[in-house]
Amino acid sequence: MSEKNQIQDLIAKRAAKELTGPCVVNLGIGIPTLVAKYIEDENVYFHTENGLLGVTDVEEGQIDPNLVNAGKLPVGETIGASFFNSAESFAMIRGGHVDVAILGVLQVDQSGQIANWAVPGKNIMGVGGAMDLLVGAKKVIVTTTHTSKDGKSKLLKKCHFPITSTRSVDMIITELAVFEVEEGKLNLLELMPGITIEEVRDKTEADFIDQLKERAK
Amino acid sequence: MSKIHQDIEKALACVKDGHTLMVGGFGLIGAPLTLIDGLTKKEVTELTVISNNLGEIGKGLGELLRQKKIKKAVGSYFTSNREVGDYYQKGEIELELLPQGTLSESMRAGGAGIGGYYTKTGVGTELAKGKEEREINGIKYIFEPAIRADVALIRAWKADTLGNLVYYKTARNFNPLMATAADVVIVEVDEIVEPGELSPEVIVTPHLFVDGIIKAKKILTKEGVIDYE
Repeated sequence: MSEKNQIQDLIAKRAAKELTGPCVVNLGIGIPTLVAKYIEDENVYFHTENGLLGVTDVEEGQIDPNLVNAGKLPVGETIGASFFNSAESFAMIRGGHVDVAILGVLQVDQSGQIANWAVPGKNIMGVGGAMDLLVGAKKVIVTTTHTSKDGKSKLLKKCHFPITSTRSVDMIITELAVFEVEEGKLNLLELMPGITIEEVRDKTEADFIDQLKERAK
Repeated sequence: MSKIHQDIEKALACVKDGHTLMVGGFGLIGAPLTLIDGLTKKEVTELTVISNNLGEIGKGLGELLRQKKIKKAVGSYFTSNREVGDYYQKGEIELELLPQGTLSESMRAGGAGIGGYYTKTGVGTELAKGKEEREINGIKYIFEPAIRADVALIRAWKADTLGNLVYYKTARNFNPLMATAADVVIVEVDEIVEPGELSPEVIVTPHLFVDGIIKAKKILTKEGVIDYE
């Protein structure tokens, strides 16, 4: 497994610990999609905005071109699954019926606001369901690599890309650490195995409160 | 009068220059590929297309884009066809981006005779620019108008000869909403059956919404889009 894949799996595995059934979960494209493989609790139900509650893996031989997730990747349907149209699917999201959304980001800031749909100077071409999930999901968890490809912190004092919502996310999970957003501030909750607080400080532009230290007092 | 069309030209006779079309599908999944193929062979121009995406590169609505028949596209995610950006840069297409929940809810409203509605989605973002904001019970909302079209081209699994429709898995997506929100609704299906063969309990789109039916000649398979007789 490549280093990139290992990092993604590490983040997904940690995020999976946040999901205990019964709950309805919507997974974004990328790292969030990987979370499902670490869930054994059959009372965790996966929702996809293109119209399916009860998403599961599909074996190569069973692929149906008309059964996909929001990333247009082939999926399967669980026993007890249901199909519905797009407006009903978004009524579930906007109406507060989805418990958890796990999303990727381009940037997240120290107030917990995220940017994940547009890059300034590039054509604004796609938003999909990102803005709907931010206003509607009861809990929003961000899974992301801590830094971008050029090594810059993705956890910023303030997002400079266009924000997805004025709502703050609830939790941020990276390959270095786990943060919780509380009253518009970032709290460092956990270090990932083998990671030091110095390394996290070094790679994080956002201000955060070191809860580990606070707890040790 | 029968709603069933044998030939694609007649099924698409309702589409005129300058029309606003709704076209079903999430990418190519649930897209009316036969009707779109028919549009690529029809002399028509200045279309406004309301669809979640503009197909894929050179496929589905992507082919119509290449023929420059689309003046404006309204959707939530154009990134799935990189060529849309190129045409936009050259000023050859107008784009209107809506959150996917707003796109679908605006169709629902359009089909139900509702003028518009207030939603929290998008408040405080670039997509709220120029939209009326209103506070209801202490929460901020923006106004979104309903959308309708001259013609909706949709895809279903089965139709009976009256026009009752059922859909297949995630190929359902926007199709049942579009069926309600256009002056003329043309559907392509895998199978046409006699009334009574579809249980009234499972019909998703009742026949009053449907004006024309044609059998699909292009279908999506694991290997891509193929011709089907």
